[in-house]
Amino acid sequence: MLLITCPHCGPRAELEFAYAGEAHIARPTDPMALDDESWARFLYHRANPKGLHAERWRHLHGCAQFFNVVRDTVSDSIVTTYPAGQPRPALPGDDKGATR
Amino acid sequence: MQRYSAFSLFRKALGGHADWQRQWRSPEPKAEYDVIIVGGGGHGLAAAHYLAKEHGITNVAVLEKGWIGGGNTGRNTTIIRSNYLFDESAALYEHALKLWEGLSQDLNYNVMYSPRGVLMLAHNIHDIQSFKRHVHANRLNGIDNEWLSAEECKEFCPPLNIGAMRYPILGGALQRRGGTARHDAVAWGYARAADARGVDIIENCEVTAIRRGVNGAVEGVETSRGFIRAKKVGVSAAGHTSVIMDMAGVRMPLESYPLQALVSEPVKPAFPCVVMSNTIHAYISQSDKGEMVIGAGTDAYTSYSQRGALHIASHTLDAICELVPMFRRLRMLRNWGGIVDVTPDRSPIIAKTPVPGLYVNCGWGTGGFKATPGSGNVFAWTIAKDEPHKINAPFTIERFRDGILIDEAAAAAVAH
Ligand SMILES: Cc1cc2nc3c(=O)[nH]c(=O)nc-3n(C[C@H](O)[C@H](O)[C@H](O)COP(=O)(O)OP(=O)(O)OC[C@H]3O[C@@H](n4cnc5c(N)ncnc54)[C@H](O)[C@@H]3O)c2cc1C
Ligand SMILES: [Zn+2]
Repeated sequence: MLLITCPHCGPRAELEFAYAGEAHIARPTDPMALDDESWARFLYHRANPKGLHAERWRHLHGCAQFFNVVRDTVSDSIVTTYPAGQPRPALPGDDKGATR
Repeated sequence: MQRYSAFSLFRKALGGHADWQRQWRSPEPKAEYDVIIVGGGGHGLAAAHYLAKEHGITNVAVLEKGWIGGGNTGRNTTIIRSNYLFDESAALYEHALKLWEGLSQDLNYNVMYSPRGVLMLAHNIHDIQSFKRHVHANRLNGIDNEWLSAEECKEFCPPLNIGAMRYPILGGALQRRGGTARHDAVAWGYARAADARGVDIIENCEVTAIRRGVNGAVEGVETSRGFIRAKKVGVSAAGHTSVIMDMAGVRMPLESYPLQALVSEPVKPAFPCVVMSNTIHAYISQSDKGEMVIGAGTDAYTSYSQRGALHIASHTLDAICELVPMFRRLRMLRNWGGIVDVTPDRSPIIAKTPVPGLYVNCGWGTGGFKATPGSGNVFAWTIAKDEPHKINAPFTIERFRDGILIDEAAAAAVAH
């Protein structure tokens, strides 16, 4: 079971949380302007990396807020957590972070 | 190939079982093949077998990064059934079920296919309606599936508790032709049969890149054992599919999740069939060794770690103890996980890709073991003829762009 640090409440057991998929996927502001390919990419295509993954979790049985987690999908170790709305932080070995 | 029979067993017994052949060779990779299959699970090995047997393409290599069957094939709980809702899925899984019925003979290898019946339990009104709809849809497709009352469920599977519990058993859908098979034997049997027709099974050979020519077409693969040339490459790598397709620049509508299973200490024959409950998240059957084989749904998050969280497994056991109270004092022996590749509609992809010469068979998620023979069969066809068989024609990558989903997920939320 993961030990997840909610940015608002601190470290809590995974049981208190709900996973909510890849983070930083913004709904297109003008869906009608998209072709089918781009719409499908928004709906269905996920990075699914073997390595660092930015993902949303919700502290369902706590403060009930959504926030983001960067987790290594090979070891499942959590590298960092940060509030929703903040950009993915720059981390060593992560070419997808904010400094890209 | 040394054929197996009661007679050969007897003869070898006289010689102290000393001179059995290796079941498949362990060749060095050649410089070039007509077809390379990436991934030595049941699906990849079956594809190689049918390429050689049905399409006469024998200059084939199966490249496996570890040992064959060491992925989900060797980790799964072996439930086999074909009672899926939609016509497309029913045709695909029924194609596989028909092949299961003659597979031991075809491969000259006992895959221990055991059609002992798969009983899916209903615990609420929605389950009843949904399962009855499946029964009717299946009947229209000529697939056996029947509705049983709670008492009939108990008669078919006496250990079940149909008395009072939090989510009582209200009935069930039974596919009598469903059952189980021996997972390792499926990988080994296909490997041996393919090898006998000239296919090279190359273990400890990880594909690290896919090389494409100036026209974009596949030229071969880089591996941990050097570059191997091939104009056709079929990817059949389950949880690692999106990683490998990325090497060719193809993004896949897939996410990889851990799926766990566990087995109990072995006991005498006590459980006659397979029982599944999607509503309270558990399924169970008894292996020929006597262990209760138990599983449920995936863990919550994507991962490649091949293990999951303990609370998922213990939640499954809560459900098993409710359904089959006599197992409450059974001890669990082993628990493990595999990484399953899940599509948005929970149906597989068996298709050509935008890259010429690159084919993909994936997205089997939590329930692809049952499809192994059928999937390998139509994947081989797709690679050999460079066009899909009519059974796998609907299972494209483009269905997500075109909105023609085969939405078994919404139909039943059924796994396995
Ligand atoms: C716990 C569990 C229970 C399950 N229960 C059932 C069930 O009851 N019924 C059912 O029908 N299905 C079940 N499944 C699903 C089923 O196991 C899979 O759908 C099926 O076995 C997939 O077969 P495969 O050959 O595609 O994949 P695998 O057997 O996983 O084979 C893929 C192979 O590709 C190899 N590979 C990966 N990357 C590379 C690379 N770069 N180079 C070379 N090789 C590579 C891997 O090592 C692996 O051996 C279960 C799965 C799990 C994990
Ligand atoms: Zn919180």
